[in-house]
Amino acid sequence: MATPRFWREIPSRYNLIGTRCGNCGTVDFPPRSICPKCHRKSVGKMQRQKLTGKGVVVSYTVVHDAPSQFDLLKPYVLAVIELEEKARLTSQLIDVEPANVKVGLPVEATFRRLGQEGDAGIIQYGYKFRPVTE
Amino acid sequence: MMRSVSIIGVGETEFGELWDRSFRDIGIEAGLKAIEDAHIRAEDIDALYVGNMSGGKFIDQEHVAAVVSDYSGLADLHLPTTRVEGGGACGALAILQAYAVIASGLHDIVVVGGAEKMTDVGDVLASEILTSTADQEWESIFGATFPALYAIMARRHMYEYATTREQLAAVAVKNHRNGAMNPVAQYQKEITLEQVLSAPMVADPLGVFDCAPLSDGAAAVVMCASDRAKKFCDTPIELVASGQASDTIALHDRRDLTTMDATVIAGKRAFHRAKLTPADVDVAEVHDNFSISEIMAIEDLRFVKKGLGGPATEDGDTALNSKISVNTSGGLKARGQPLGATGVAQAVEIVKQLRGATGKRQVSGAEVGLTHTLGGTGATAIVHIYRRMS
Repeated sequence: MATPRFWREIPSRYNLIGTRCGNCGTVDFPPRSICPKCHRKSVGKMQRQKLTGKGVVVSYTVVHDAPSQFDLLKPYVLAVIELEEKARLTSQLIDVEPANVKVGLPVEATFRRLGQEGDAGIIQYGYKFRPVTE
Repeated sequence: MMRSVSIIGVGETEFGELWDRSFRDIGIEAGLKAIEDAHIRAEDIDALYVGNMSGGKFIDQEHVAAVVSDYSGLADLHLPTTRVEGGGACGALAILQAYAVIASGLHDIVVVGGAEKMTDVGDVLASEILTSTADQEWESIFGATFPALYAIMARRHMYEYATTREQLAAVAVKNHRNGAMNPVAQYQKEITLEQVLSAPMVADPLGVFDCAPLSDGAAAVVMCASDRAKKFCDTPIELVASGQASDTIALHDRRDLTTMDATVIAGKRAFHRAKLTPADVDVAEVHDNFSISEIMAIEDLRFVKKGLGGPATEDGDTALNSKISVNTSGGLKARGQPLGATGVAQAVEIVKQLRGATGKRQVSGAEVGLTHTLGGTGATAIVHIYRRMS
């Protein structure tokens, strides 16, 4: 992935910035220019919003066969997570044994290294999620 | 007033790792077979559509419709040629374009090819290209592989409907049994439930045998206005109706991880236009790129109730000459999965079934057939319904 292509999405990948529709209040992640519910009525009314990063696991898998950049991580847990704001995203789950992952598991966002462009390219950072520990 | 459209000729290559043949070789082979089957001359062809997902990445060649036309010896006819892309659904999408231009009266006879040459790149790169039909920005970069996304659907389906690993595995066992009777299939060998269950995991709960292979292959059909079809062919098969639908590019944005709304809506549109119901279908080719995909497809097309796709498969309801014969060709699992060819190869199988020409795997008395083709994780779905003309 070319550097600018990664760089321009940094606000959302580093800080979980999404959008809230000024018309219906629906929160989307990543940011959208047009609300999927309100269509034209939302144009010009989409406001940036930082998400809390708290959510639950909707479904998950343990990935055993993955591209070489993920070799050191295999096997890793990948999940669809529903955030408190109801927006959903796909993320790795870390700091958890695969056997302990369940649908409904409460999780929170954390900041990690995602990967690297080749052997000497830019290092890509972003969110991964982990179980809430309290 | 839309004109009736029929298929008057079909052709396909064998499917598999065809290292000794190029993209051009397989595209021409399938096209020539279809043209010979239809008994048409080059001068009869009004246009050519080619379903191809990623020539640019697999063989470093874009503009493949012109390539296929040229190397088929058609350059001097200066035909309109168009390459069609829609993830893994491009072959079915190419058929839909041909249907539209014939039904509208623009053209009378159109050749549709579907081809993909996946093994000119290594399997790691080929898998990454497959994953690029999902959301590169918000899925792949976070470690989502194509099997992983389908595994997430499977896990949720197990959670909501108590679907089991054995029921998923039953899809692969059935499709290999059918593939063993298909002389062009990539895998013409039966497998056991134990083999599927003990295979290495790709993305839990999907193992190696839950996943369709990477393949080379091509298929072609000749489509014709039905009022001219009988001049060329004794058994034209009518494309009665089609339905196409789309959905969010990322799986996580879907309303429901266990239902592909695009399939549901494409199916409803096709059945409504055809004035037929799921119960009228005798034979169906559905997009079983993963075992869970077939279970969701037979539910979303309303062949079985939602949540009962697993038990229905395990009980043999979708086996050859059972309640509804699903993936008699072996499906993507056993016939193979050359992306651009898939939708066209499905049409070839249904046409042969409705002609009564599939030998050992023939569905007895088949009159109505259906194809279902997916792009990505269900961001595109296309349903075609075919009928033997009386």
